[in-house]
Amino acid sequence: MIGSLGQPLLFLVALGFGFGPIYARAGGGNYIFFIAPGVIGMGIIFTAIFGGIELIWDRQFGFLKETLVAPVSRLEIMMGRTLGGATVSCIQGILVFFITLAIGFRPVSMAGLLVAVLFMFLTSLLFTALGTAIASRMEDMTAFPIIINFVIMPLFFLSGSLFPLQGLPKGILWIAKIDPLSYGVDGIRGALTGVYHFGFAADALILAVVAVILLGVGTYLFSQIEI
Amino acid sequence: MIDVTHITKKFGTITAVDDISFSVGTGEIFAFLGPNGAGKTTTIKMLTTLLKPTQGGIRVNNADPASDQDAVRRSFGIVFQDPSLDDELTAYENMEFHGVLYGIPRVMRRARIEEMLKFVELWDRRDDLAKHFSGGMKRRLEIARGLLHHPRILFLDEPTLGLDPQTRNHIWSYIQNLNKSEGITVFFTTHYMEEADRVAHRVAIIDHGKIVAQGSPQELKVNKNAATLEDAFLAYTGTDIRADSVSGAEAMRQHRRMWRR
Repeated sequence: MIGSLGQPLLFLVALGFGFGPIYARAGGGNYIFFIAPGVIGMGIIFTAIFGGIELIWDRQFGFLKETLVAPVSRLEIMMGRTLGGATVSCIQGILVFFITLAIGFRPVSMAGLLVAVLFMFLTSLLFTALGTAIASRMEDMTAFPIIINFVIMPLFFLSGSLFPLQGLPKGILWIAKIDPLSYGVDGIRGALTGVYHFGFAADALILAVVAVILLGVGTYLFSQIEI
Repeated sequence: MIDVTHITKKFGTITAVDDISFSVGTGEIFAFLGPNGAGKTTTIKMLTTLLKPTQGGIRVNNADPASDQDAVRRSFGIVFQDPSLDDELTAYENMEFHGVLYGIPRVMRRARIEEMLKFVELWDRRDDLAKHFSGGMKRRLEIARGLLHHPRILFLDEPTLGLDPQTRNHIWSYIQNLNKSEGITVFFTTHYMEEADRVAHRVAIIDHGKIVAQGSPQELKVNKNAATLEDAFLAYTGTDIRADSVSGAEAMRQHRRMWRR
Protein backbone atom coordinates (compact mmCIF):
# COMPACT_ATOMS: atom_id res chain seq x y z
CA MET A 1 0.00 0.00 0.00
CA ILE A 2 2.75 2.41 0.88
CA GLY A 3 4.56 1.82 -2.40
CA SER A 4 1.52 2.62 -4.46
CA LEU A 5 1.23 6.01 -2.79
CA GLY A 6 4.28 7.07 -4.75
CA GLN A 7 2.38 7.70 -7.96
CA PRO A 8 -0.29 10.06 -6.57
CA LEU A 9 2.38 11.87 -4.58
CA LEU A 10 4.48 12.31 -7.70
CA PHE A 11 1.57 13.70 -9.69
CA LEU A 12 0.63 16.05 -6.89
CA VAL A 13 4.10 17.42 -6.51
CA ALA A 14 5.23 17.46 -10.15
CA LEU A 15 2.03 18.69 -11.75
CA GLY A 16 0.88 20.73 -8.80
CA PHE A 17 4.03 22.75 -8.41
CA GLY A 18 4.80 22.57 -12.10
CA PHE A 19 1.55 23.87 -13.52
CA GLY A 20 0.59 25.85 -10.44
CA PRO A 21 1.98 29.23 -11.51
CA ILE A 22 0.50 29.15 -15.05
CA TYR A 23 -2.87 27.97 -13.77
CA ALA A 24 -2.99 30.74 -11.17
CA ARG A 25 -2.00 33.32 -13.76
CA ALA A 26 -4.80 32.10 -16.02
CA GLY A 27 -7.22 32.85 -13.25
CA GLY A 28 -7.85 29.28 -12.13
CA GLY A 29 -6.82 29.65 -8.54
CA ASN A 30 -4.72 27.14 -6.63
CA TYR A 31 -3.88 24.26 -8.96
CA ILE A 32 -2.65 21.96 -6.20
CA PHE A 33 -5.96 22.30 -4.42
CA PHE A 34 -7.72 21.61 -7.71
CA ILE A 35 -5.93 18.40 -8.51
CA ALA A 36 -5.90 17.08 -4.93
CA PRO A 37 -9.29 15.35 -5.35
CA GLY A 38 -8.15 14.18 -8.78
CA VAL A 39 -5.07 12.59 -7.31
CA ILE A 40 -7.25 10.89 -4.69
CA GLY A 41 -9.30 9.56 -7.59
CA MET A 42 -6.13 8.27 -9.20
CA GLY A 43 -5.22 6.32 -6.07
CA ILE A 44 -8.69 4.86 -6.02
CA ILE A 45 -9.02 3.79 -9.63
CA PHE A 46 -5.64 2.13 -9.83
CA THR A 47 -5.94 0.29 -6.53
CA ALA A 48 -9.49 -0.78 -7.34
CA ILE A 49 -8.68 -2.14 -10.79
CA PHE A 50 -5.63 -3.98 -9.45
CA GLY A 51 -7.78 -5.40 -6.71
CA GLY A 52 -10.26 -6.74 -9.20
CA ILE A 53 -7.48 -8.08 -11.42
CA GLU A 54 -6.07 -10.02 -8.46
CA LEU A 55 -8.72 -12.49 -9.48
CA ILE A 56 -6.47 -13.61 -12.29
CA TRP A 57 -3.69 -14.46 -9.86
CA ASP A 58 -6.08 -16.45 -7.70
CA ARG A 59 -7.35 -18.23 -10.75
CA GLN A 60 -3.91 -19.15 -11.96
CA PHE A 61 -2.47 -19.99 -8.61
CA GLY A 62 -5.33 -21.96 -7.34
CA PHE A 63 -7.08 -20.19 -4.50
CA LEU A 64 -10.11 -19.43 -6.65
CA LYS A 65 -10.89 -23.16 -6.86
CA GLU A 66 -11.27 -23.33 -3.11
CA THR A 67 -13.95 -20.63 -3.21
CA LEU A 68 -15.75 -22.08 -6.23
CA VAL A 69 -16.15 -25.50 -4.65
CA ALA A 70 -17.46 -24.18 -1.34
CA PRO A 71 -21.21 -24.09 -0.56
CA VAL A 72 -21.28 -20.37 -1.20
CA SER A 73 -23.04 -18.75 -4.16
CA ARG A 74 -21.06 -16.95 -6.85
CA LEU A 75 -22.91 -13.78 -5.91
CA GLU A 76 -21.68 -14.01 -2.32
CA ILE A 77 -18.11 -14.62 -3.46
CA MET A 78 -18.34 -11.72 -5.89
CA MET A 79 -19.77 -9.38 -3.24
CA GLY A 80 -17.12 -10.46 -0.75
CA ARG A 81 -14.26 -9.86 -3.16
CA THR A 82 -15.70 -6.56 -4.35
CA LEU A 83 -16.38 -5.15 -0.91
CA GLY A 84 -12.93 -6.24 0.22
CA GLY A 85 -11.26 -4.69 -2.79
CA ALA A 86 -13.35 -1.53 -2.45
CA THR A 87 -12.33 -1.18 1.19
CA VAL A 88 -8.65 -1.41 0.32
CA SER A 89 -9.09 1.06 -2.51
CA CYS A 90 -11.02 3.48 -0.30
CA ILE A 91 -8.34 3.33 2.38
CA GLN A 92 -5.84 4.14 -0.35
CA GLY A 93 -7.92 7.19 -1.27
CA ILE A 94 -7.95 8.31 2.35
CA LEU A 95 -4.20 7.89 2.62
CA VAL A 96 -3.73 10.05 -0.47
CA PHE A 97 -6.03 12.58 1.17
CA PHE A 98 -3.65 12.74 4.14
CA ILE A 99 -0.80 13.40 1.76
CA THR A 100 -2.71 16.33 0.27
CA LEU A 101 -3.19 17.65 3.80
CA ALA A 102 0.57 17.58 4.18
CA ILE A 103 0.99 20.04 1.31
CA GLY A 104 -1.58 22.46 2.63
CA PHE A 105 -4.89 21.29 1.18
CA ARG A 106 -7.83 21.75 3.55
CA PRO A 107 -11.38 20.42 3.22
CA VAL A 108 -14.11 23.02 3.48
CA SER A 109 -15.79 21.26 6.42
CA MET A 110 -15.85 18.02 8.45
CA ALA A 111 -19.24 17.17 7.00
CA GLY A 112 -17.68 17.68 3.59
CA LEU A 113 -14.95 15.21 4.48
CA LEU A 114 -17.50 12.55 5.42
CA VAL A 115 -19.38 13.05 2.17
CA ALA A 116 -16.07 12.84 0.32
CA VAL A 117 -15.30 9.48 1.94
CA LEU A 118 -18.72 8.26 0.84
CA PHE A 119 -17.93 9.26 -2.73
CA MET A 120 -14.55 7.57 -2.39
CA PHE A 121 -16.20 4.33 -1.33
CA LEU A 122 -18.79 4.45 -4.09
CA THR A 123 -16.07 5.07 -6.68
CA SER A 124 -13.96 2.26 -5.21
CA LEU A 125 -16.88 -0.14 -5.42
CA LEU A 126 -17.57 0.77 -9.01
CA PHE A 127 -14.02 0.25 -10.19
CA THR A 128 -13.40 -2.92 -8.19
CA ALA A 129 -16.50 -4.39 -9.82
CA LEU A 130 -15.16 -3.28 -13.20
CA GLY A 131 -11.78 -4.87 -12.43
CA THR A 132 -13.42 -8.15 -11.47
CA ALA A 133 -15.63 -8.07 -14.57
CA ILE A 134 -12.59 -7.56 -16.80
CA ALA A 135 -10.55 -10.18 -14.95
CA SER A 136 -13.32 -12.75 -15.28
CA ARG A 137 -12.75 -12.72 -19.02
CA MET A 138 -8.95 -13.00 -18.83
CA GLU A 139 -7.07 -16.24 -18.27
CA ASP A 140 -3.64 -14.78 -17.79
CA MET A 141 -1.83 -11.51 -17.46
CA THR A 142 -0.80 -10.92 -21.08
CA ALA A 143 -3.70 -8.56 -21.84
CA PHE A 144 -3.10 -6.66 -18.63
CA PRO A 145 -0.85 -3.87 -20.01
CA ILE A 146 -3.41 -3.31 -22.78
CA ILE A 147 -6.17 -2.86 -20.24
CA ILE A 148 -4.06 -0.43 -18.25
CA ASN A 149 -2.95 1.68 -21.17
CA PHE A 150 -6.13 1.70 -23.23
CA VAL A 151 -8.81 1.66 -20.57
CA ILE A 152 -7.59 2.83 -17.19
CA MET A 153 -5.21 5.59 -18.25
CA PRO A 154 -7.76 7.26 -20.54
CA LEU A 155 -10.43 6.96 -17.85
CA PHE A 156 -8.12 8.74 -15.44
CA PHE A 157 -6.67 11.42 -17.69
CA LEU A 158 -9.97 12.44 -19.28
CA SER A 159 -11.95 12.59 -16.06
CA GLY A 160 -11.50 16.16 -14.92
CA SER A 161 -8.99 14.97 -12.34
CA LEU A 162 -6.20 17.12 -13.72
CA PHE A 163 -8.05 19.88 -15.55
CA PRO A 164 -11.41 21.64 -15.20
CA LEU A 165 -14.21 20.52 -17.46
CA GLN A 166 -15.39 24.01 -18.40
CA GLY A 167 -14.72 25.16 -21.93
CA LEU A 168 -13.25 21.90 -23.18
CA PRO A 169 -13.49 20.90 -26.86
CA LYS A 170 -16.65 18.87 -27.51
CA GLY A 171 -14.89 15.53 -28.08
CA ILE A 172 -12.96 15.56 -24.82
CA LEU A 173 -15.95 16.85 -22.92
CA TRP A 174 -18.07 14.03 -24.29
CA ILE A 175 -15.58 11.40 -23.12
CA ALA A 176 -15.43 13.02 -19.70
CA LYS A 177 -19.20 12.87 -19.47
CA ILE A 178 -19.34 9.11 -20.06
CA ASP A 179 -16.39 8.44 -17.74
CA PRO A 180 -17.61 7.26 -14.33
CA LEU A 181 -14.43 8.54 -12.68
CA SER A 182 -15.39 12.10 -13.65
CA TYR A 183 -18.41 11.87 -11.39
CA GLY A 184 -16.38 10.26 -8.64
CA VAL A 185 -13.70 12.91 -8.71
CA ASP A 186 -16.30 15.67 -9.06
CA GLY A 187 -18.13 14.30 -6.02
CA ILE A 188 -14.94 14.20 -3.96
CA ARG A 189 -13.93 17.65 -5.14
CA GLY A 190 -17.36 19.08 -4.49
CA ALA A 191 -17.51 17.63 -1.01
CA LEU A 192 -14.03 18.82 -0.10
CA THR A 193 -14.02 22.25 -1.75
CA GLY A 194 -17.68 23.06 -2.09
CA VAL A 195 -17.47 23.42 -5.87
CA TYR A 196 -19.31 20.84 -7.97
CA HIS A 197 -19.25 20.73 -11.77
CA PHE A 198 -22.04 18.20 -12.34
CA GLY A 199 -23.78 18.71 -9.01
CA PHE A 200 -24.03 16.53 -5.91
CA ALA A 201 -27.19 14.73 -6.98
CA ALA A 202 -25.90 13.92 -10.46
CA ASP A 203 -22.62 12.59 -9.09
CA ALA A 204 -24.20 10.42 -6.42
CA LEU A 205 -26.93 9.09 -8.66
CA ILE A 206 -24.73 8.26 -11.62
CA LEU A 207 -22.06 6.61 -9.46
CA ALA A 208 -24.66 4.52 -7.65
CA VAL A 209 -26.43 3.40 -10.82
CA VAL A 210 -23.22 2.55 -12.71
CA ALA A 211 -21.84 0.73 -9.65
CA VAL A 212 -24.95 -1.44 -9.42
CA ILE A 213 -24.82 -2.18 -13.15
CA LEU A 214 -21.15 -3.13 -13.00
CA LEU A 215 -21.75 -5.32 -9.95
CA GLY A 216 -24.43 -7.11 -11.93
CA VAL A 217 -22.25 -7.50 -14.99
CA GLY A 218 -19.29 -8.55 -12.84
CA THR A 219 -21.33 -11.15 -10.98
CA TYR A 220 -22.65 -12.58 -14.20
CA LEU A 221 -19.20 -12.82 -15.80
CA PHE A 222 -17.73 -14.19 -12.58
CA SER A 223 -20.39 -16.89 -12.44
CA GLN A 224 -19.42 -17.98 -15.94
CA ILE A 225 -15.82 -18.70 -14.97
CA GLU A 226 -14.83 -22.29 -15.51
CA ILE A 227 -11.56 -23.58 -14.21
CA MET B 1 -22.19 -42.86 -2.07
CA ILE B 2 -21.30 -41.90 -5.65
CA ASP B 3 -23.41 -43.16 -8.55
CA VAL B 4 -22.54 -42.20 -12.09
CA THR B 5 -25.03 -43.33 -14.72
CA HIS B 6 -24.32 -43.03 -18.43
CA ILE B 7 -22.74 -39.61 -18.29
CA THR B 8 -21.32 -37.90 -21.31
CA LYS B 9 -19.51 -34.57 -21.52
CA LYS B 10 -18.93 -32.82 -24.78
CA PHE B 11 -16.99 -29.64 -25.36
CA GLY B 12 -18.18 -28.52 -28.76
CA THR B 13 -17.29 -31.41 -31.06
CA ILE B 14 -14.92 -33.06 -28.60
CA THR B 15 -16.33 -35.81 -26.42
CA ALA B 16 -14.23 -35.82 -23.29
CA VAL B 17 -16.33 -38.36 -21.39
CA ASP B 18 -18.30 -40.91 -23.36
CA ASP B 19 -21.23 -42.68 -21.69
CA ILE B 20 -19.52 -43.85 -18.53
CA SER B 21 -21.10 -45.50 -15.51
CA PHE B 22 -19.61 -46.53 -12.22
CA SER B 23 -20.38 -46.60 -8.50
CA VAL B 24 -18.42 -45.99 -5.35
CA GLY B 25 -19.76 -47.56 -2.16
CA THR B 26 -19.79 -45.86 1.22
CA GLY B 27 -16.50 -46.27 3.03
CA GLU B 28 -14.70 -47.41 -0.08
CA ILE B 29 -11.26 -46.23 -1.17
CA PHE B 30 -11.68 -45.89 -4.92
CA ALA B 31 -8.90 -45.22 -7.42
CA PHE B 32 -9.80 -43.57 -10.72
CA LEU B 33 -6.96 -44.27 -13.12
CA GLY B 34 -6.27 -43.33 -16.69
CA PRO B 35 -3.68 -41.95 -19.09
CA ASN B 36 -3.33 -38.21 -19.65
CA GLY B 37 -6.27 -36.74 -21.52
CA ALA B 38 -8.47 -39.75 -20.73
CA GLY B 39 -11.22 -37.74 -19.07
CA LYS B 40 -10.32 -38.12 -15.37
CA THR B 41 -10.23 -34.44 -14.54
CA THR B 42 -13.42 -33.76 -16.48
CA THR B 43 -15.17 -36.52 -14.55
CA ILE B 44 -13.99 -35.21 -11.19
CA LYS B 45 -15.14 -31.73 -12.11
CA MET B 46 -18.60 -33.10 -12.84
CA LEU B 47 -18.67 -34.94 -9.52
CA THR B 48 -17.56 -31.82 -7.65
CA THR B 49 -20.11 -29.39 -9.17
CA LEU B 50 -17.61 -27.55 -11.33
CA LEU B 51 -19.03 -28.81 -14.64
CA LYS B 52 -22.45 -30.06 -15.74
CA PRO B 53 -22.67 -33.28 -17.77
CA THR B 54 -24.02 -33.02 -21.28
CA GLN B 55 -26.08 -36.13 -20.62
CA GLY B 56 -26.66 -38.62 -17.85
CA GLY B 57 -27.12 -38.62 -14.09
CA ILE B 58 -24.84 -38.27 -11.11
CA ARG B 59 -25.70 -38.79 -7.45
CA VAL B 60 -23.18 -37.78 -4.82
CA ASN B 61 -24.28 -38.53 -1.27
CA ASN B 62 -27.82 -38.76 -2.61
CA ALA B 63 -27.83 -35.33 -4.23
CA ASP B 64 -27.34 -34.16 -7.80
CA PRO B 65 -24.22 -31.98 -8.30
CA ALA B 66 -25.79 -30.20 -11.23
CA SER B 67 -28.92 -29.07 -9.42
CA ASP B 68 -28.26 -29.43 -5.67
CA GLN B 69 -24.89 -27.79 -5.69
CA ASP B 70 -24.64 -26.67 -2.09
CA ALA B 71 -25.88 -29.98 -0.66
CA VAL B 72 -23.22 -31.82 -2.63
CA ARG B 73 -20.51 -29.30 -1.76
CA ARG B 74 -21.07 -29.74 1.93
CA SER B 75 -20.66 -33.48 1.66
CA PHE B 76 -17.20 -33.57 0.12
CA GLY B 77 -13.75 -32.18 0.68
CA ILE B 78 -11.26 -31.94 -2.14
CA VAL B 79 -7.51 -31.68 -2.46
CA PHE B 80 -6.65 -30.38 -5.91
CA GLN B 81 -3.57 -31.35 -7.83
CA ASP B 82 -2.17 -27.82 -7.60
CA PRO B 83 -2.15 -26.10 -4.24
CA SER B 84 -5.21 -23.96 -3.64
CA LEU B 85 -4.04 -22.36 -0.44
CA ASP B 86 -3.77 -18.64 0.19
CA ASP B 87 -0.02 -18.23 0.44
CA GLU B 88 -0.26 -14.97 2.34
CA LEU B 89 -2.20 -16.52 5.19
CA THR B 90 -0.90 -18.76 7.95
CA ALA B 91 -1.83 -22.42 8.14
CA TYR B 92 -4.33 -21.61 10.89
CA GLU B 93 -5.83 -18.74 8.90
CA ASN B 94 -6.26 -20.92 5.82
CA MET B 95 -8.17 -23.41 7.95
CA GLU B 96 -10.18 -20.62 9.54
CA PHE B 97 -11.18 -19.22 6.15
CA HIS B 98 -12.38 -22.62 5.03
CA GLY B 99 -14.36 -23.01 8.24
CA VAL B 100 -16.08 -19.67 7.71
CA LEU B 101 -16.78 -20.45 4.07
CA TYR B 102 -18.44 -23.73 5.07
CA GLY B 103 -20.44 -22.17 7.86
CA ILE B 104 -18.88 -23.98 10.80
CA PRO B 105 -19.77 -22.18 14.06
CA ARG B 106 -16.83 -20.61 15.85
CA VAL B 107 -16.39 -22.87 18.89
CA MET B 108 -16.71 -26.01 16.81
CA ARG B 109 -14.39 -24.51 14.22
CA ARG B 110 -11.58 -23.85 16.68
CA ALA B 111 -11.75 -27.34 18.14
CA ARG B 112 -11.89 -28.95 14.73
CA ILE B 113 -8.98 -26.89 13.32
CA GLU B 114 -6.81 -28.00 16.23
CA GLU B 115 -7.90 -31.60 15.79
CA MET B 116 -7.16 -31.64 12.05
CA LEU B 117 -3.85 -29.78 12.24
CA LYS B 118 -2.68 -32.22 14.91
CA PHE B 119 -3.90 -35.10 12.76
CA VAL B 120 -1.60 -34.07 9.88
CA GLU B 121 1.16 -33.10 12.31
CA LEU B 122 1.15 -29.41 11.43
CA TRP B 123 -0.16 -27.99 14.71
CA ASP B 124 3.18 -26.50 15.75
CA ARG B 125 3.48 -24.77 12.36
CA ARG B 126 0.00 -23.28 12.57
CA ASP B 127 1.20 -19.67 12.69
CA ASP B 128 3.63 -19.96 9.80
CA LEU B 129 2.70 -18.51 6.41
CA ALA B 130 1.61 -21.10 3.87
CA LYS B 131 4.10 -19.79 1.34
CA HIS B 132 6.93 -21.04 3.52
CA PHE B 133 5.62 -24.60 3.47
CA SER B 134 7.20 -27.33 1.38
CA GLY B 135 5.11 -29.15 -1.21
CA GLY B 136 4.47 -32.01 1.19
CA MET B 137 3.43 -29.72 4.01
CA LYS B 138 1.07 -27.84 1.73
CA ARG B 139 -0.52 -31.10 0.67
CA ARG B 140 -0.97 -32.15 4.31
CA LEU B 141 -2.48 -28.77 5.11
CA GLU B 142 -4.90 -29.10 2.22
CA ILE B 143 -5.94 -32.54 3.44
CA ALA B 144 -6.55 -31.13 6.91
CA ARG B 145 -8.52 -28.29 5.37
CA GLY B 146 -10.54 -30.56 3.07
CA LEU B 147 -11.64 -32.61 6.09
CA LEU B 148 -12.48 -29.66 8.30
CA HIS B 149 -16.20 -29.71 7.69
CA HIS B 150 -16.62 -33.46 8.34
CA PRO B 151 -17.29 -34.43 4.72
CA ARG B 152 -18.50 -37.93 3.87
CA ILE B 153 -16.26 -38.04 0.81
CA LEU B 154 -12.69 -36.94 0.19
CA PHE B 155 -11.63 -36.28 -3.42
CA LEU B 156 -7.90 -36.33 -4.07
CA ASP B 157 -6.41 -35.43 -7.42
CA GLU B 158 -2.91 -36.93 -7.58
CA PRO B 159 -2.35 -36.47 -3.85
CA THR B 160 1.22 -37.70 -3.73
CA LEU B 161 2.56 -36.17 -6.91
CA GLY B 162 6.12 -34.99 -6.45
CA LEU B 163 6.38 -35.93 -2.79
CA ASP B 164 9.13 -37.90 -1.09
CA PRO B 165 8.42 -41.45 0.08
CA GLN B 166 8.18 -40.50 3.78
CA THR B 167 5.53 -37.88 3.11
CA ARG B 168 3.67 -40.18 0.73
CA ASN B 169 3.68 -42.87 3.39
CA HIS B 170 2.35 -40.47 6.02
CA ILE B 171 -0.38 -39.18 3.75
CA TRP B 172 -1.68 -42.64 2.92
CA SER B 173 -1.59 -43.69 6.53
CA TYR B 174 -3.66 -40.61 7.52
CA ILE B 175 -6.16 -41.46 4.81
CA GLN B 176 -6.38 -45.14 5.59
CA ASN B 177 -6.80 -44.44 9.30
CA LEU B 178 -9.57 -41.99 8.54
CA ASN B 179 -11.22 -44.46 6.25
CA LYS B 180 -11.15 -47.19 8.92
CA SER B 181 -12.18 -45.05 11.88
CA GLU B 182 -14.78 -42.75 10.32
CA GLY B 183 -15.79 -44.61 7.19
CA ILE B 184 -14.94 -41.71 4.89
CA THR B 185 -15.26 -42.58 1.21
CA VAL B 186 -12.09 -41.73 -0.68
CA PHE B 187 -12.01 -41.04 -4.43
CA PHE B 188 -8.57 -40.42 -5.84
CA THR B 189 -6.62 -40.27 -9.04
CA THR B 190 -2.96 -41.12 -9.34
CA HIS B 191 -0.29 -42.24 -11.72
CA TYR B 192 1.48 -44.12 -8.93
CA MET B 193 0.02 -47.55 -9.64
CA GLU B 194 1.73 -49.30 -6.75
CA GLU B 195 -0.01 -46.93 -4.36
CA ALA B 196 -3.37 -47.61 -5.95
CA ASP B 197 -2.65 -51.32 -5.76
CA ARG B 198 -1.77 -51.11 -2.08
CA VAL B 199 -4.46 -48.75 -0.91
CA ALA B 200 -7.54 -48.95 -3.11
CA HIS B 201 -10.46 -51.29 -2.50
CA ARG B 202 -11.70 -50.80 -6.03
CA VAL B 203 -10.33 -49.27 -9.19
CA ALA B 204 -11.73 -47.96 -12.47
CA ILE B 205 -9.63 -47.26 -15.54
CA ILE B 206 -10.80 -44.64 -18.01
CA ASP B 207 -9.30 -44.26 -21.45
CA HIS B 208 -10.39 -42.05 -24.35
CA GLY B 209 -13.43 -41.07 -22.31
CA LYS B 210 -14.64 -44.62 -21.73
CA ILE B 211 -14.35 -46.93 -18.72
CA VAL B 212 -12.25 -49.89 -19.84
CA ALA B 213 -12.02 -51.74 -16.54
CA GLN B 214 -13.66 -51.74 -13.13
CA GLY B 215 -13.04 -53.93 -10.11
CA SER B 216 -10.63 -54.62 -7.29
CA PRO B 217 -6.90 -54.29 -8.05
CA GLN B 218 -6.65 -58.07 -7.71
CA GLU B 219 -9.45 -58.67 -10.23
CA LEU B 220 -7.81 -56.39 -12.76
CA LYS B 221 -4.45 -58.10 -12.37
CA VAL B 222 -5.99 -61.54 -12.74
CA ASN B 223 -7.96 -60.48 -15.81
CA LYS B 224 -4.85 -59.40 -17.61
CA ASN B 225 -2.59 -62.00 -16.07
CA ALA B 226 -0.41 -59.21 -14.71
CA ALA B 227 1.88 -59.24 -11.70
CA THR B 228 1.42 -55.57 -10.90
CA LEU B 229 -1.44 -53.12 -11.30
CA GLU B 230 0.80 -51.06 -13.55
CA ASP B 231 1.22 -53.98 -15.94
CA ALA B 232 -2.52 -54.56 -15.90
CA PHE B 233 -3.08 -50.85 -16.56
CA LEU B 234 -0.74 -50.88 -19.55
CA ALA B 235 -2.47 -53.99 -20.83
CA TYR B 236 -5.83 -52.22 -20.65
CA THR B 237 -4.71 -48.90 -22.10
CA GLY B 238 -1.82 -49.72 -24.39
CA THR B 239 1.68 -48.35 -24.33
CA ASP B 240 1.34 -45.41 -26.76
CA ILE B 241 2.11 -42.02 -25.32
CA ARG B 242 -0.95 -39.77 -25.23
CA ALA B 243 -1.12 -36.27 -26.61
CA ASP B 244 -1.64 -33.84 -23.80
CA SER B 245 -2.49 -30.25 -24.56
CA VAL B 246 -1.24 -27.64 -22.14
CA SER B 247 -3.26 -24.52 -21.48
CA GLY B 248 -1.61 -21.23 -20.70
CA ALA B 249 -2.51 -21.50 -17.05
CA GLU B 250 -1.16 -25.05 -16.84
CA ALA B 251 2.11 -23.95 -18.39
CA MET B 252 2.43 -21.13 -15.89
CA ARG B 253 1.66 -23.48 -13.04
CA GLN B 254 4.23 -26.00 -14.17
CA HIS B 255 6.78 -23.26 -14.50
CA ARG B 256 6.03 -22.05 -11.03
CA ARG B 257 6.24 -25.55 -9.64
CA MET B 258 9.71 -25.85 -11.09
CA TRP B 259 11.00 -22.87 -9.19
CA ARG B 260 9.10 -23.17 -6.01
CA ARG B 261 10.11 -26.17 -3.97
